[in-house]
Amino acid sequence: MSGYIDKIQKISAQLLTDKKVDMVIGFRKGTMPMTNEPCIVKKPNDVGKFVWDSFCVMNLANYLTNRKEKIGIIAKGCDSRNIVNHIIENKIKRDQLTIIGVPCTGMIDKNKVNAIIDKDIIEVKEEDDNILVKGRDFEKTINKSDLLRDNCAICIHRNPVIYDELVSDQVEEQKNVDRYEDVRKIEAMAPDEKWNFFDNLLSECIRCYACRNACPLCYCPTCFVDESRPQWVGKSQEPTDIKTFHLLRAYHCAGRCTDCGACVSACPMGIDVRQFTKKLEKDCFDLYGWEAGLTIDQRPPLDTFKPDDPEDFIK
Amino acid sequence: MKVIKIDKTNWSEGLKNLRYSYKLTGPVKGEKFYNFKELDNGEVPDLKYSNTRLSAKSIVFPQSEVMLNYTIDESKDDHHIMKEIDTDYSPRALIGLRPCDAKALTLVKLNFDTTDYKDPYWLKAYEATTFVGLACDDPSSTCFCTTAGSGPYNEEGLDLLLIDVDDHYLAKVITEKGATLLESAGWKTEAGDISIIGTKKSDAEAKIISKIRTDKLKEKDTLEIHSAPFWEDVSFACLNCGTCTFVCPTCWCFDIQDEVHGNDGTRMRNWDSCMFPLFTLHTTGHNPRGEKIQRVRQRFMHKLKYFVDKYEKGIMCVGCGRCVRQCPINIDIRSICEKMNSYEPAM
Repeated sequence: MSGYIDKIQKISAQLLTDKKVDMVIGFRKGTMPMTNEPCIVKKPNDVGKFVWDSFCVMNLANYLTNRKEKIGIIAKGCDSRNIVNHIIENKIKRDQLTIIGVPCTGMIDKNKVNAIIDKDIIEVKEEDDNILVKGRDFEKTINKSDLLRDNCAICIHRNPVIYDELVSDQVEEQKNVDRYEDVRKIEAMAPDEKWNFFDNLLSECIRCYACRNACPLCYCPTCFVDESRPQWVGKSQEPTDIKTFHLLRAYHCAGRCTDCGACVSACPMGIDVRQFTKKLEKDCFDLYGWEAGLTIDQRPPLDTFKPDDPEDFIK
Repeated sequence: MKVIKIDKTNWSEGLKNLRYSYKLTGPVKGEKFYNFKELDNGEVPDLKYSNTRLSAKSIVFPQSEVMLNYTIDESKDDHHIMKEIDTDYSPRALIGLRPCDAKALTLVKLNFDTTDYKDPYWLKAYEATTFVGLACDDPSSTCFCTTAGSGPYNEEGLDLLLIDVDDHYLAKVITEKGATLLESAGWKTEAGDISIIGTKKSDAEAKIISKIRTDKLKEKDTLEIHSAPFWEDVSFACLNCGTCTFVCPTCWCFDIQDEVHGNDGTRMRNWDSCMFPLFTLHTTGHNPRGEKIQRVRQRFMHKLKYFVDKYEKGIMCVGCGRCVRQCPINIDIRSICEKMNSYEPAM
């Protein structure tokens, strides 16, 4: 990882010195173990604050929306796919961007670390494929593969799909991954089981909208839940309204979601928000052979029409 | 000051007795974390917890609370008349909240209980509740209560303070309400030597290594901090979600909404958040805090400057660390407080 950091800092400093970009968006070290904070650097002398490790969970494409500057951005595989989305959806122009690609080996779900340790964690160090966790009276080493975020464990696009610089050689993509085991389980449920499943999934939701706000796709100037004329959704903790928000948001992401997992990482209540978007992601793959954000040269299936599009789902 | 000794073997028996006079609420472990919950019959609070994910504020200030109802059916005599709803304000006891959350209630009270205005919903719930605190012997590395006007054994806002001593609890009586609760439970044994409370208290305080400085906040010029250059950097990563405000025990803002189904209407209030653009949107379409940087600044200026100046009760933060732990992108009130406290404008 330290090799990555050196390269990220060097490339960023060069871009800023050459005035190719006005700013670079990356991560700086957080104030707690297992956290990093997205940040901007505008001066070559400040690039030393950029870090990289397995806790860079947020999707930095989220910070590009409608920006006018020339921007350097550090992008792992999923971030790069959301940058592609942003370009296709006219939220940023390709020629504004210098993309510093980071081949990724997956990010860690800190909730998984906390669940294993179940004590106050004071320090976490990453050494190769191991995570060393320290607390007041314990030390434990855990293999990174046991801690990956669920979306990272089944990721098949770890390398950036679009970039101007790469901080390392490409990493090997995971093969023979079953991406939709969980979706098939839900598909197989009876209607009332499905209903209960989603009821339970959302029982802790506090409507903070962290999932929506962490999502690079959710850039509507006014989200439908915030509209008041007419008001589409109630504002209380009424389960119907909570469900309406999550289901509609998911549908707005159909054919666009890259399964970056930012929604899950952001949720303060540990809700597996991906369960809403994954079925739609699977449908787009099954129906149109589409994976979002792989190329800027093709329109997404839901804003194009082809005579041979399947239409079995229209009943 | 009276201290009662409660053998843990008598604990659930006492709780059972309490149920005749109180509805009980306490920390319960869910699948992923602890939260406060009304306890079912026979259910005991799980006091082996560090702190709950959400604070205790919802016990008196629920996230969604119906205030009034009405009908818009014009064939009814009382159409379009707001009517008070029948809420259960019978005695309840909150067992095992941490001292930080109790202190927070005293700060929130400053807003809901003023000489000009008394919020009937908050006050009735508050008065109906007996607050039984649980001293904190194993604070987390993100706790900074000792420099935020509270402490692991702080008694403000509590009626009773429980101290966990191996096979028994010591219950320190703080108010008359607390004494009444002990009586109802049948816990009567006066503790003998209570010097252990002092020892445990200093041990716990020593474990709190995270500290903030707030000494200069009051003397700082409001406009100077307001226009300080650090807000841009501080707010860049903020998602403007409501996590910090919703998990915060001292954030008290709410929004009033009417909902009508058929002819039946309810007027309710829901937690609101100064992080949301809608929070300040005017009906004209103008938004005085339309930009993220303004909203982030507002939250910290309110907690660490406006509140300090207005009430002279310190900062509007008790150091529970929930926002620090739960913020999705790691905005840390401790570092922002330090920036504000040490800010000197460039000459």
